[in-house]
Order: sequence, then C-alpha cells, then structure tokens
Amino acid sequence: MRSLNNPIIWYLMRGSGVVTLILFTVVVVLGIATTRRFRTARLPRFVTLGLHRSISLLAVVFLGIHIATALADSYAKVSLAQALLPLPSAKYGLWLGMGALSLDLLAAVIVTSLLRHRMSQRVWKSVHWLAYASWPLAFAHSVGIGTDKAAGWFLDTGVACAGLIAVTLVWRLLALRNPYPKYLGTAS
Amino acid sequence: MKLRVNPILCDGYGHCAELLPELVELDEWGYPIMPREPVSRSLEPAVRHAVKMCPRLALSLEKRAR
Ligand code: SF4
Repeated sequence: MRSLNNPIIWYLMRGSGVVTLILFTVVVVLGIATTRRFRTARLPRFVTLGLHRSISLLAVVFLGIHIATALADSYAKVSLAQALLPLPSAKYGLWLGMGALSLDLLAAVIVTSLLRHRMSQRVWKSVHWLAYASWPLAFAHSVGIGTDKAAGWFLDTGVACAGLIAVTLVWRLLALRNPYPKYLGTAS
Repeated sequence: MKLRVNPILCDGYGHCAELLPELVELDEWGYPIMPREPVSRSLEPAVRHAVKMCPRLALSLEKRAR
C-alpha cells in the first residue's frame, strides 16, 4: 500500500482508535446486560440486545477506519502482516501485536455471529466468549501504545472504560447467586 | 406460516413476548406460549424480526404446522 504522509490520516487513526475502544466497551456492557436479562419498565429487554448488535456494527466501521488509516499512514509504519497477526514490532513492542490479536479474536466472534443460524448455539457461544479476551487486549493496545498517554482526557477515557466493564461484571456475577431473581418473573 | 418455539433451546428470555405482544404470552415461569393460529400476513415481518432477535435462536417461522 502506498504510504500517505498526511497529518489528517494520523489524527484519523488515533481518533478512530479511541472511538472504537469506547464503542467496544459499550457493546461488551450491553452484551453482559443481555445475559443478565436486564430490563426496566421503560426499557424492554430487546432494546439491550438490539443496541448490542447495532452498536457492534458501528464499532466495526470505526475499527475498519482505524486499521485502514494505520496501514496508510507513513509515520505509523504499520505493515499488513503486523495489523493482522500478533507479531512483535521494533517500534511498538508488544502493544501493536496485542491490537492484532484482539482483532483476530473479534473477527472470530463477528463471523460466528453472522453465521449464527448455521451452527449450534453451543459453538456460537463458546466463540462469543472470546470477546472477554479481545476487550482487555484492545484496552492494553490502546493504553500501552501510548500515543496519547500524556493527554489527561485519554487516560480518563481509559479509566472510564475499564471501570464500566468492571462494574458491569460485578453486577452480572451478583446475579449468578440467585437463579430465579425478580427481574425474570412475569407473574408472582 | 406458523410460529414455533424449540422448548429445549428457549431460555425464557422473553424477547419474543416483548416484540410480539399480539401473539406471544409468557407463562408464569417466563416461558413463551405460542399462538395456536397461523401467523397473519400483516404480522409476518414483525414475526421474522422476532425470530432473528431471539437470543437463543429458539424461534422459527414454519411453512406448515406439523
Ligand atoms: S425470545 Fe427466544 S429464548 Fe426468549 S422466550 Fe422467546 S423463544 Fe424463548
């Protein structure tokens, strides 16, 4: 691919990366909320699942922009192999490879979800669990690669994303203790 | 066309009853009760959407009632 030496590409790559992390976080939170069968009087359950699906589509778009701009930018110097495979890189250490690995796991999650009607629920679900490995890798990639490390807003975003995931996980795990909680029931 | 549920897959998430209040009711344990009658033409798009939204892929819209 021809390299472009244009600061806009560079900014686009960083910006789309941050947006992808935020959207990915929201998707994971909504996914966990779906398994917890979250709903309120105003917010039926299918809203959670519907948002989980449509926001994941949006996240894929931003991830596509992030990868395309990383490949195109002459300053970032990312090769196609480095973007797709978990390889160590002289410039970025392991951080770039973490992003690539996160991408690979995510690709498996997305492909199985698109073909969900053609496979057993069990296979789909086991692959879907990879999202729990993909998110921390994406997070480490974002924070560790460190382009915006010095910026306060970037750290705040990272902390907010990690905090949101942690709180949602605890909320989900608490529900495991009671297999027939109130939010599930219809009648008394 | 008839709406069917695979009771082994269904986990009682209840999305179907939320999406198709005209057709699906939940029993007291939260599992769906399918309508006996075939799905009317006008409701078919809504039913197809519900089939896609079922988190367990337990719903199907079948040509003829078995
Ligand atoms: S949406 Fe699917 S899993 Fe949920 S109650 Fe209906 S059939 Fe069962």
